[in-house]
Amino acid sequence: MSTDLRDLYQEIILEHSRKPKNAGVLEDPTAEAQGNNPLCGDRITVYVKLDGDRIEDARFDARGCAISVASASMMTESLKGKTLDEAEEAFGRFNTQMTGKEAPELAEDDELSALMGVRDFPTRIKCATLPWHTLRAALKGAGDTQITTE
Amino acid sequence: MSTNGAYPIDRIRADFPILSEQVRGKPLVYLDNGASAQKPSAVIEQISRTYETEYANVHRGVHYMSQMATDAMEAARVKAQEFLNAADEKEVIFVRGATEGINLVASSWGRANLKPGDEIILSVLEHHSNIVPWQMIAEQTGAIIKVVPIDDAGEFLVDEYEKLLSPRTKMVAVTHVSNALGTVVPVKEVIRLAKAQGSAVLLDGCQAVPHIPVDVQALDVDFYVFSGHKLYGPSGIGVLYGKQALLEAMPPYQGGGEMIDRVTFEKTTYAELPFKFEAGTPHIAGIIALGTAIDYLNGIGFDAIAAHEHDLLTYATDQLSAMNTIDIVGTAADKAAILSFNIKDVHPHDVGTILDHDGIAVRTGHHCAQPVMDRFDVAATVRASFGLYNTRDEVDVLVSGIKRVQEMFA
Repeated sequence: MSTDLRDLYQEIILEHSRKPKNAGVLEDPTAEAQGNNPLCGDRITVYVKLDGDRIEDARFDARGCAISVASASMMTESLKGKTLDEAEEAFGRFNTQMTGKEAPELAEDDELSALMGVRDFPTRIKCATLPWHTLRAALKGAGDTQITTE
Repeated sequence: MSTNGAYPIDRIRADFPILSEQVRGKPLVYLDNGASAQKPSAVIEQISRTYETEYANVHRGVHYMSQMATDAMEAARVKAQEFLNAADEKEVIFVRGATEGINLVASSWGRANLKPGDEIILSVLEHHSNIVPWQMIAEQTGAIIKVVPIDDAGEFLVDEYEKLLSPRTKMVAVTHVSNALGTVVPVKEVIRLAKAQGSAVLLDGCQAVPHIPVDVQALDVDFYVFSGHKLYGPSGIGVLYGKQALLEAMPPYQGGGEMIDRVTFEKTTYAELPFKFEAGTPHIAGIIALGTAIDYLNGIGFDAIAAHEHDLLTYATDQLSAMNTIDIVGTAADKAAILSFNIKDVHPHDVGTILDHDGIAVRTGHHCAQPVMDRFDVAATVRASFGLYNTRDEVDVLVSGIKRVQEMFA
C-alpha cells in the first residue's frame, strides 16, 4: 500500500470507524443538528447536552464513511467537558488545519492529528469536516437545525 | 487480451489516447463509463478540425465557412436520425444533454397537455433528471406523479405498472436502462401498455444508447433522449427525438435567435422543426463531433460491442459473486454493462479512494438515483460500468483492488 493511503487510513482511524465512541442517539439533548453531504448521501445527527455553558455529553448518529465516522467519534470524545467558547475554538482550529493552505502545526498528543492525512485527499475533506460543521450548527442553533456541506 | 476472437480490442484501445495515461503510477483502469465515456481520437481530432477548417456560425451567413459549418452540423443530424432510426431528421433536436431534453419535454409538452388530476408515471429506477423536471411541471399544472416499484433484483414490475395505468395517465417517463443497477427495462411492453391507455411515452436512453441498438419507430416511442458524452462523444451536447406531430404541436421551450420565423414587437412567428427548439447558437463543433462518435460506433458495430460488454459483465459478476462479503446490488435477468455492489461494513467512498490508488476509476455514491438507494436501504454503492474498450484483465485488477480493501478493513 502506498504511504499516503496508509496516512489516510491510519490504524487509529480504522479503529474509531470500527468501534466508534459515543455512537447513537442521546436522550433529551440540549441541542441537536443534522448534517448532510448531498454529494454522497451521507447523513449525521450530532447531539449535545449542556450543563450551563459546558458540554456535559456529546453523541452522534451517522451513516457515513470511515473518515466521517472516525472524525465524529474523535470529535465527540474531545468535546466532553469543554465550554462553548472552547468548542468554537476547537472547530476553528480543526477547520483551519483541514482546509488551510499551510501544513498545520500539531501537538503530538492531539488525537485529531491522525485525521490530517485527509488533507492529501481533497475529495474527502468534507467527510472529515461534516461532523464539526454539524456540531457548530447544533451549538449555534441550540435547537433543531439542518445543515449541508454543499 | 481479447475476449472474443474477432473483437479488435487492441486496436480499439489504441483509438482512446487517455487509456495509455498512468494514474498514481498505475495504468488507468477506467470503469466509470456510466458517468461519462472516454473519447476516441477521431472525436477529439474532429473538434480541432472543425475549428481549424470549417467553422463559422450556422444557418446565417451566406459566406463559405458558414455554409461548410451548417452542412457539417446538418450531416450530423442525419447521422443521429439514422442512429435512432427516426422517420425524419426534423425529429432530431440538439440539446445540451438528456437533462435538457427531459426538461424541454416536461416544460413544453407538459404546459400544453397537463391538467389538474392528470397523471405522470415514473419508476423507482429513474435518475434525478427524469424525476425533478416532472415534479416541477406537476407542481405548476396540478398533475400527479405515480411511481412504478421494482423488486429485490431491481426488475421493473410490469404488473404493478399496469395497475397504475388509467385513462388519467398522460405521460409515462421511464429509463431504458437503469444507471444505478444496469437493469434493462422492458420498454416495448411499457410503451404498448401506455399506448393502450392513450398516454405519451418518454424514454431516458442515456445508459442504453452506448450498449443497445435503438429503433424509435419500432418502439413507437414518442420522445427519446440521450447525452453525447456517454456515447464517446463530447460533453455539452445531446439529442431529443420527438415524433413530428407532437413536436409541431408543442410551444417553444426557449426564445431567441435561430428559432424564429419573423419577429416584430406585435407578434413573433416561430421557425419550422427542428429549429423551433434550437434557440441561440448551438454547440456546433460538439454536434459535428457527436456525428463522428456515431460513425465510430457504427464502424465497430453494436452486435460486437454488445457481445464484448456482455462477456465483461458476466465475467465481473461471476468474479464478485465468488468473493466473500460482497453484495451485488441489482441482479436483474437482463442487464447492460453496469455492476453495482457493496463490500460489507465498508463505505463506498472508502472503497473508491482505495481503488483509486490502484488507478481504478469507479463511481461511488448514490448515482443521482436516491430512490433506488432508498429501495435497497443503502446510502450509496460502488459502481463499475463497462465500455467498449474495457478488458477482462481490467476486471482482474478491480478484483485485486477489492481484496486489498477487504484486507485493510478486516
